[in-house]
Amino acid sequence: MDYSLLLVVLGMALVTYIPRMLPLVLLRDIKLSPFLNRFLKYIPYAAIGALIFPGMLTSTGSTASALAGGLVSIALAFYRLNLMLVVLGGIAGVYAWNMLI
Amino acid sequence: MSQISSPLLSKRDGAVSDGANLTFYHGVTAGLPVALGYIPIAITFGLLANAAGVPNHVSIMMSLLVFAGASQFVGVSLLAAGVTHWEIVLTTFILNLRHFLMTASVSQRIRQGTSKKTLALTAFGVTDETFTVASLRREPELSPAFVLGLNMVAFSAWNIGTWIGVFLGAGLPASLQASMGIALYAMFIGLLIPSMRDSRAVLLISLLAAGIHSLLQWLPPLHGLSTGWTIIITTVLAATAGALFYPERSDT
Repeated sequence: MDYSLLLVVLGMALVTYIPRMLPLVLLRDIKLSPFLNRFLKYIPYAAIGALIFPGMLTSTGSTASALAGGLVSIALAFYRLNLMLVVLGGIAGVYAWNMLI
Repeated sequence: MSQISSPLLSKRDGAVSDGANLTFYHGVTAGLPVALGYIPIAITFGLLANAAGVPNHVSIMMSLLVFAGASQFVGVSLLAAGVTHWEIVLTTFILNLRHFLMTASVSQRIRQGTSKKTLALTAFGVTDETFTVASLRREPELSPAFVLGLNMVAFSAWNIGTWIGVFLGAGLPASLQASMGIALYAMFIGLLIPSMRDSRAVLLISLLAAGIHSLLQWLPPLHGLSTGWTIIITTVLAATAGALFYPERSDT
């Protein structure tokens, strides 16, 4: 059993819980500035953008197959298909590229 | 949804039922669509965590203790990328700062006089989705029982889905598992693209973040920076740019 992994989970649990709990329990009348408001709202989009690129390119062993899978996912996501289909489509794209090329 | 709105009749605090006000059961009913939406995402999480080599008990503990989709997907992808453990915790923290906003907003709606213990419990279940459901209710005041019911059904679905995903993942053939490296990224793409279509700000901020992150990763002088740090720096830079350049907006 890897205890350091469990410590990561506990750490993640703590830093996820604290921002949820503080305003409710301690700061019920807090007013954030509009700037801070927008900054907090944009964080997830910025983080996801950074997570996708360039990490995706090295996720499958070859840049070409990663791009093939990524493009399939982008196309499916563009038409707002279910998340599960977007993921399965990406995997299928990589798999097909590796089989055909 | 049935609307039972008589906030003036009950001012008592309580975690279970509040008579005339919205009950735990109303919360459960309101949470069912969220639960239905969570199960496939949680299955995906279990599958991906398994494919990324995260031990099953760690994924299951994550869903039990963290209960935040974005944090968990990001946590698993950073674990798979070999990012230092405390950098993972720091990234999770930055990612979760937005919950300050949501609970600050929910806190204005939960009945005055609710005990701190009950509030601390409701806080655990605040997610993007339960927050949306709670804040779109027409009642001016929400009973803590209602919010707890809503959160509880979403939490249960999230954990059941995780178990299903983790055990499905163990049965996948090796040839397919080799292609699963893309899965997390496909998941992020699936989350991001619809929002990029809806909002120009989101489109530019996420493209900017991808650009900054590529620079940080590829420019030779910066090779000493770990992936955990480049993600943190990129996120703060791109979100700040967005907040500066999109001053007056109401859409997401």
